[in-house]
Amino acid sequence: MFRSSLTKTYYVTLKDLKTYYLKPPLISWGIIMPLALVFAFYLKNPQGIRYIIPGLIGMVILFGSTSMEGVVITFEKRVGTLERLLLAPLSKKTLLLGKMMSGVIFGLLMGLLFLVISFFMFKLNTQKLGETLILMIFSATSSAALGMFVASSVKEVFEAMTLFNFFRFPMIFICGVFIPLEAMPSMIKYLAYFLPLTYSVDGLRISLLNQPGVFPIILNIALLIAFTLFFFWLSLIMLERRLRQE
Amino acid sequence: MENPAIEVRNLAKSFHGFWAIKGISFSVHKGEIFGFLGPNGAGKTTTLRIITGLSRATKGEAYVFGHSVSEEEIWVKEHIGVVPEISNLYPELSVLDNLIFIGQLYGLPKKERSKRAHQLLKDFDLEQKRNVLFAKLSKGMKRRLTIAAALMHKPAIIFLDEPTTGLDVASSRHLRLLIKKLHQSGVTIFLTTHNIAEAEELCQRIAIIVKGKIIALDTTQALKQKLPADNLLLIKIDKIDPSLKQKLSKLPEVKNVILEDYLIRIQSDDLNSVLSTIPNFLQQERVKILSINTSTPSLEDAFVHLTGLDLELMKIDKEMKS
Repeated sequence: MFRSSLTKTYYVTLKDLKTYYLKPPLISWGIIMPLALVFAFYLKNPQGIRYIIPGLIGMVILFGSTSMEGVVITFEKRVGTLERLLLAPLSKKTLLLGKMMSGVIFGLLMGLLFLVISFFMFKLNTQKLGETLILMIFSATSSAALGMFVASSVKEVFEAMTLFNFFRFPMIFICGVFIPLEAMPSMIKYLAYFLPLTYSVDGLRISLLNQPGVFPIILNIALLIAFTLFFFWLSLIMLERRLRQE
Repeated sequence: MENPAIEVRNLAKSFHGFWAIKGISFSVHKGEIFGFLGPNGAGKTTTLRIITGLSRATKGEAYVFGHSVSEEEIWVKEHIGVVPEISNLYPELSVLDNLIFIGQLYGLPKKERSKRAHQLLKDFDLEQKRNVLFAKLSKGMKRRLTIAAALMHKPAIIFLDEPTTGLDVASSRHLRLLIKKLHQSGVTIFLTTHNIAEAEELCQRIAIIVKGKIIALDTTQALKQKLPADNLLLIKIDKIDPSLKQKLSKLPEVKNVILEDYLIRIQSDDLNSVLSTIPNFLQQERVKILSINTSTPSLEDAFVHLTGLDLELMKIDKEMKS
């Protein structure tokens, strides 16, 4: 039963990756956007760029994992193909996990690409590569689960995009990507504690720059897992609510 | 005793206080084509969505071969195939890839799903289109592929929601032949439609649903017999005049009038009286009678008799939807 569910999850993920994600425009966007970001920040402050690299990786994962997640789910709702999945003998968890994993893989690939480029360009710590990868994986899962929750709460693609931007852009400024969390006013600092990007950036800064963070690395990982489970659970509730309402 | 293929007990569904289905109960025998007939908004699709697990009932329960839809959802989904009103396969996938993906979702082994997909493409006359994207197919082909997809896992029951809506005459005919073939292969078919002629041609038993309530459920023949056989008059005329319907309805003893181009169908409890007044009336209207016959009631006549609904309304709805 468990194996069969995993296999079905794999097929849903594979189909989504083939159909929506691994397309030339999206891949080129995934390559150009990180390069453009590095270049822009390097021109502005060549000495300070190293400090914001972990934040930029977290940000690339967030955008990579959520952008298509929202579009795919709302688009499939609109054309009726999500209903096709709901008619198949899959549990709701299998279905959502399949949908989430495509976002995770795409976001992670984009993040890894950014990481490889950054390793070549800047002196980053390679001692904690394992921790870095674990942090990147759970950054991608928490972002994709957030994307899935937003997409399952709205009906139209434009609603999903609006809601994403409402979340994502403030997150970039609040969660320590450019400005350290310690330097933030306490009210904003408390708000940042409720956002997963905070823990991605803090953890990646510890592992890649070998600097002390706000939280221990293990706590960052644990909280990213907790965010993943929380948003996944909310998405399940939204899906079940939809079945009751429609 | 063998469980019915489908059993629905006191099913009700409310949308924000509006009851779309009001406590309906029925069962579908194994191997039959069961028609669920009613105008748009009667509750047909809502019922189908609950039985197939796409929606949850507010009250009551649906069973498939004795298995509760809400409690054994996966088991039920493994044994049914659904063809929704709108063909909803993946527009970005080819015809073959769509079938293969559906096979993957239903857990068919790799060799079997490829063999089954090719067989279905052959059966549904889509073999030459196997590499064409679903989005590029004609409406009729999309419909055929959606049915083929619903059959990938060889379900025991297939649900067809308004299968011929929006199709041209030839595609509709082809589809009806496919449904008959499917039935001959032993599949139980649950057909929701507002096309009375289609239900009459295909179904062995029909439930008529209006405003969320089943008002009649019987064999097609028995439904027709609910109408006295000698109370229908068919008059063929030489010109089309839509205003005739209203004028004829006002004549004494005329219960109902259906105008179909050059044919007037009049329902009355006193045919002799109608026969004496109608010829004079039509003469006054300068309409020439080409022939007059009494007729055996059709399912359309029985539908009008049982529901009191205007058939024209059903047709307008159908045109608007397609």
